[in-house]
Amino acid sequence: MYRYDKYDQAMVDTRVEEFRDQVRRRLEGKLDDDQFKPLRLKNGLYLQLHAYMLRVAIPYGTLNSAQMRALGAIARKYDRGYGHFTTRQNIQYNWIKLAEAPDLFADLAKVEMHAIQTSGESIRNISSDQYAGAAADELIDPRPWCEMLRQMTTFMPEFSYLPRKFKIAVIASAEDRAALRWHDFALRIVQNASGEIGFEVYAGGGMGRTPFIAYRIREFLPTSQLFSYLQAVLRVWNRHARRDNIHKQRMKILVHDLGQEEFTRQVEEAFEHFLSLAEDFPQAEYDRIAAYFAPPPFEQGLSDEIDLSDPAFAAWVDRQVIAHKAPGYAIANISLKPVGGIPGDISADQMDVVADLAERYSFDELRATHAQNLVLPHVRKADLHAVWQALVEAGLADANLDLVSDIIACPGLDYCSLANARSIPVAQKIAERFADPARQADVGELKIKISGCINACGHHHAGNIGILGVDRKGSESYQLLLGGSGDEVTTQAKIAGPGFDEDGIVDAVERAVEQYRTIREPGERFIDTYRRVGMDGFKEAIYG
Amino acid sequence: MAEPGNQAFPTSLRFRDDAAADEPSVSLDAFLDQGEADSVRIEAGEDVTVLFPHLDRVRLIEVDFPRFRDGRGFSTARMLREAGYTGELKATGDVLVDLIFFMRRCGFDSFAPDKPFDPADAEAALSRWDHVYVPAADDRVPIWKLRHG
Ligand code: HEM
Ligand code: SF4
Repeated sequence: MYRYDKYDQAMVDTRVEEFRDQVRRRLEGKLDDDQFKPLRLKNGLYLQLHAYMLRVAIPYGTLNSAQMRALGAIARKYDRGYGHFTTRQNIQYNWIKLAEAPDLFADLAKVEMHAIQTSGESIRNISSDQYAGAAADELIDPRPWCEMLRQMTTFMPEFSYLPRKFKIAVIASAEDRAALRWHDFALRIVQNASGEIGFEVYAGGGMGRTPFIAYRIREFLPTSQLFSYLQAVLRVWNRHARRDNIHKQRMKILVHDLGQEEFTRQVEEAFEHFLSLAEDFPQAEYDRIAAYFAPPPFEQGLSDEIDLSDPAFAAWVDRQVIAHKAPGYAIANISLKPVGGIPGDISADQMDVVADLAERYSFDELRATHAQNLVLPHVRKADLHAVWQALVEAGLADANLDLVSDIIACPGLDYCSLANARSIPVAQKIAERFADPARQADVGELKIKISGCINACGHHHAGNIGILGVDRKGSESYQLLLGGSGDEVTTQAKIAGPGFDEDGIVDAVERAVEQYRTIREPGERFIDTYRRVGMDGFKEAIYG
Repeated sequence: MAEPGNQAFPTSLRFRDDAAADEPSVSLDAFLDQGEADSVRIEAGEDVTVLFPHLDRVRLIEVDFPRFRDGRGFSTARMLREAGYTGELKATGDVLVDLIFFMRRCGFDSFAPDKPFDPADAEAALSRWDHVYVPAADDRVPIWKLRHG
């Protein structure tokens, strides 16, 4: 994976000192809260119900064991001994003190990490395929392009006060594991007819209160022109976005208002201009970065045999382990969704265990997924049993990847000042309702996503079953949505009907699941059945 | 409002050697109508490209930041420099000292903030960064070039 050189290190070190200075000026009263707010947001610090929440970037979801250990140490030193992996492959801490934040950033910088542009109106951490570099179906490893983008989008002078946040995703396979088209700007790495590598470009996606699925705005962008093209998109948006209503300033609204065609025309015009400045990065820079992502030294001639005589181990392998491109290796998913737990939460001690496993069994590499789980990307099949045993001991061996209890949930009213309703307890109750592993296995792939308010941090628009908290009081506090997905088909979930209270929503989910079991055809996942029969096929079962 | 030369506004925040324009700036509409003024003011949201045919007779362009969170002026400035404008480019309005480094990089060479900067803070903000990742309207060399000679 990528390692900082002296320049990258100097950039994050300087950022720490800049922020230290800003905190000092805030504490001395030279900056008022209004002026300080965007500065702290550009360093990932939100003021929440109980304390500051800090979001640390995990660039494109890749990290090594030293970084994971540092995240654990930070949880112990500055928080309450745990962290929370998010839906954009970042990690959040919930109990941070402002005065300590500069020291925390200095600790992060020591392991080549930062919280730069993880919130506020900025270009956020780039998301990617959690199986990058390991997946059998990828064209190339997308991460060198993610790292190029990380550097190119860090401190862009012209785009330092964008209308709103800007989220980028990059993948290189036909299967979409990164919810590509739910991003403001997204690239799929493709090959054209003459064998050149380039980008298929999407723009204008996003969730929040006005969800849009991104349009494809270019079939093929030569990789060497990425910087020019990205600047063109950003400039069109920065100049023409509305600035009068914070809810209408995301790029998706501009794309929608102008129409795909006109937006694309303006981008192409600006693109021509940027190309004429001849400021794109040299190929040598891509080559330099790509070298860091060369495949690890996989052993040759390993057996693909796995001893599955232990049924509990076999069940875990069946659910959590995915095919790897190298013979004798596997991708092992680590669930952060124990039944009754908080989706995405992990203790500092568990972080240490996972770090040790990565170091010992996975070429020192780990991934965070947008579904709030972790991945050991390169495990020898012969080591899977040892990995599993260590996970069992650490309470991390749940076998529920993509099942009904593998729920995405935002922090909701337990932490978030914007929330209408609690998300975590709903996730816990649903997981408990379906706790029986045989029942979960029978239901099969089913992605439930819960947001505590219309901002959609929990991706409810993309849930096969989505749940949205709509009201703080009264009995109708959760809406049920069906039919969303963040995969390569990408659909937006639709509201099923009137809302439910906290227990009612759990019952409603169960009725939807039972209806699916009743009407599914052989081999159909929940989403397939929904796509076949539509909302009408579910409504009566849910509402009677 | 603080102007260059006033006590409240250290002259060091004008990064030019030529004499400052002495006439007050006019609005973009007035500038286009009259054809005499040599100083023009651009409000956030105005289309700067209409100025491009007239740049050779302009000495001062003021770009207003109504709220510091409104980043349109960054694009306005850089587009002016990309169009070849070499006169004074002044950021006015809600300009915070934490923004001036990026503003310099977008081509601004003078500042008239509503609230004057502390000179020490301004100096620190402008000298803090030894390197930059990307090119902009200044002549700083991006890291990706430094790496490859
Ligand atoms: C607790 C503090 C949080 C606050 C105050 C917060 C606030 C917001 C707001 C206001 C939006 C709407 C943005 C828009 O539509 O322009 C949003 C969207 C989002 N947030 Fe959060 N959020 C928080 C935590 C989280 C967490 C923990 C996650 C991940 C688990 C997350 C992931 C997201 C995602 C994925 C979106 C949707 C992005 C899109 O619209 O495309 N947020 N958040
Ligand atoms: S969806 Fe709403 S409740 Fe949930 S974290 Fe986002 S802003 Fe908070």
